[in-house]
Amino acid sequence: MSGTFVGMPSFPEAAHDAVRDATLRANLRHATHTIRAKRAKAVAELDDWAELREAGRQIKDHTLRHLDTYLPRLEESVVRAGGTVHWAADADEANRIVTGLVQATGEREVVKVKSMATQEIGLNEALAAEGITAYETDLAELIVQLGDDRPSHILVPAIHRNRGEIRDIFARTMSEWGRPAPEDLTDTPAELAEAARLHLREKFLRAKVGISGANFMVADTGTLVVVESEGNGRMCLTLPETLISVVGIEKLVPSWQDLEVFLQTLPRSSTAERMNPYTSMWTGTTDGDGPQAFHLVLLDNGRTDTLADEVGRQALRCIRCSACLNVCPVYERAGGHAYGSVYPGPIGAILSPQLRGTESEIDASLPYASSLCGACYEVCPVAIDIPEVLVHLRERVVQGGPATRRGKKVTLRPAKGHAAERAAMRAAGLAFAHPGALAFGQRIAARTRRFHPRRLPGPGRAWSDSRAVPEMPAEPFRDWWQRTRGTGTGEKGGAK
Amino acid sequence: MRVALFLTCVNDTLYPDTGKAVVKLLTRLGVDVDFPMAQTCCGQAHYNTGYRHRAEPLARHFAEVFGGYDAIVTPSGSCGAMVRELYPRMGERARAEGRGDGLAAELAPVVPKTYELTEFLVDVVGVTDVGAYYPHRVTYHPTCHGLRSLGLGERPTRLLGAVKGLELVELPGAEECCGFGGTFAVKNPDVSAAMGLDKVRAAESTGAGVLCAADNSCLMHIGGTMTRLDSGMRPVHIAEILASTEDEVGT
Repeated sequence: MSGTFVGMPSFPEAAHDAVRDATLRANLRHATHTIRAKRAKAVAELDDWAELREAGRQIKDHTLRHLDTYLPRLEESVVRAGGTVHWAADADEANRIVTGLVQATGEREVVKVKSMATQEIGLNEALAAEGITAYETDLAELIVQLGDDRPSHILVPAIHRNRGEIRDIFARTMSEWGRPAPEDLTDTPAELAEAARLHLREKFLRAKVGISGANFMVADTGTLVVVESEGNGRMCLTLPETLISVVGIEKLVPSWQDLEVFLQTLPRSSTAERMNPYTSMWTGTTDGDGPQAFHLVLLDNGRTDTLADEVGRQALRCIRCSACLNVCPVYERAGGHAYGSVYPGPIGAILSPQLRGTESEIDASLPYASSLCGACYEVCPVAIDIPEVLVHLRERVVQGGPATRRGKKVTLRPAKGHAAERAAMRAAGLAFAHPGALAFGQRIAARTRRFHPRRLPGPGRAWSDSRAVPEMPAEPFRDWWQRTRGTGTGEKGGAK
Repeated sequence: MRVALFLTCVNDTLYPDTGKAVVKLLTRLGVDVDFPMAQTCCGQAHYNTGYRHRAEPLARHFAEVFGGYDAIVTPSGSCGAMVRELYPRMGERARAEGRGDGLAAELAPVVPKTYELTEFLVDVVGVTDVGAYYPHRVTYHPTCHGLRSLGLGERPTRLLGAVKGLELVELPGAEECCGFGGTFAVKNPDVSAAMGLDKVRAAESTGAGVLCAADNSCLMHIGGTMTRLDSGMRPVHIAEILASTEDEVGT
């Protein structure tokens, strides 16, 4: 993924500071709670939400299972409609292809539609290295780009910023990128939007190359779909002479009819709208109308490896709606940057360690960035059981085992730094296998209870710094039971 | 009907009063409850931390200890969900790993017989008024596994609503996790503590003196936070409220 995230600290370390940032906490709390409530209302309007969710799950699972049929069909359809299809195994290859295509046009700048796939591969940085400037045109992505910042949310990349901060960013840096912000810019939403509109219009009218991702690709017809709210996407998709779309292979659906499901579930889940304001669909090229050259770059970048994992593959159903971020209590407090990826929140915690592997410190810590409360699974419009995948990836971290890397079966070694935990789990497992050992331990703990410290040393401080240690009772329940009820019951399988 | 109390290792060790309350309550309702002494731990902490293979012997042990009973009652939403939701999954995973149907077959019998306490009361015993008396203002926190995995719904609040003397007040943001999450509490202490703090503040805003839940693990975290904050509130397990009567009023 993007080079900007290389060398990220582990999630708990990154979250440590975010939790103490009062402005960030307030911004996130306000934004996530507002959209959370709106989504619930929009979803409750549909009597057949459960059926739509199930249909979405089945369409995605079916397509993913038959990518070998649908991807060639898509390629055929796109080529037939006048487009060119490129296959990219990883981020580097995708960046090389896109850079080459832009260079072939002779242009030095491109306009971009908001796209997670191009964020994932770090395309802007790759283009910059070749002297090509990429202008983000989505309002939130613009705020992030002008602020030399990183996105912290899938749908609302600048969710961590409030109006005042956005005003300051515009006033300070817009002039470095093009038309400056008005001198008397205030932090009212209408003024900020107008400043962005004027700044961006210059870019739309000048650009000869547009770069996008896509929300969906229809195999039957080769049609690509971009769903957005601002109209900037429509500008980038129609005005330039050359359009390059970088799309993950999991964005495929077999037919137009399948869109019926997702065009209902995606807007309601993401922006809480019944229908999104702009839905742009294009099929190859049309003479005299829109871009005259269309290139589709199909991106793997860890997706087929993820597909090989029986439990983890459900993450590929994701339609990037962000509903799981907006309900996540961990995301709300840690913020998106702590996830060290363009995919933050619960979905990021299961996607990044699969696309990138679990070797780095941040990726090995992501499966633990959840209390397993299950709110994410509840709202997911394609029924991704995120807690199930989190636990599955925890297993991969502590135990290692089989995985697929770049198409090859490998056996992963357990991650470092879990030795003490592994030993504790082993010891607990032994004690619990022998009720006598458990009872003995309980009695020792009960009899020494007056000597137990109020604050724990070493790793125990992680508990007792913020929470009192529970007081040990004088006797465990089992001793009370035995004392008051005597024997006669309770032997192993005693009721038989 | 032979009913077994699956108290859980946490309650057995740290919260014996909850166990005594369950016994008192069920006995009062005419349910003869047994405590199989061989019981230990359902394996939830192992499983959820990524040690599924270490959880398997504990699940087998559970099935062996409780297999002979008609119903297994537990005063813990998360341990109940471990048996009901995750034991079948453990069986499936073992099968997927080429280890046959053995584990699935061993665990299958205990899955449908395991009930969280409030489920057992409402669905099996068929009561909502358990004849309890508890003269306090109480707010209820539905713990995540009870709420989302087991789908306890309104059972706990219906039971609390029928308690004489009890004033039930709604908890703002009730469905939000308290931040315990097992090993999450120590692996991500800052976020966990921030969630706990918000939960306590929300509970305090209700003016209740007691925060009630159906899981002592969550209450250990919330209560521990209350102590550090010198909050006037205290955590009480729902079993202790339902066991309380006019003759013997619980604290």
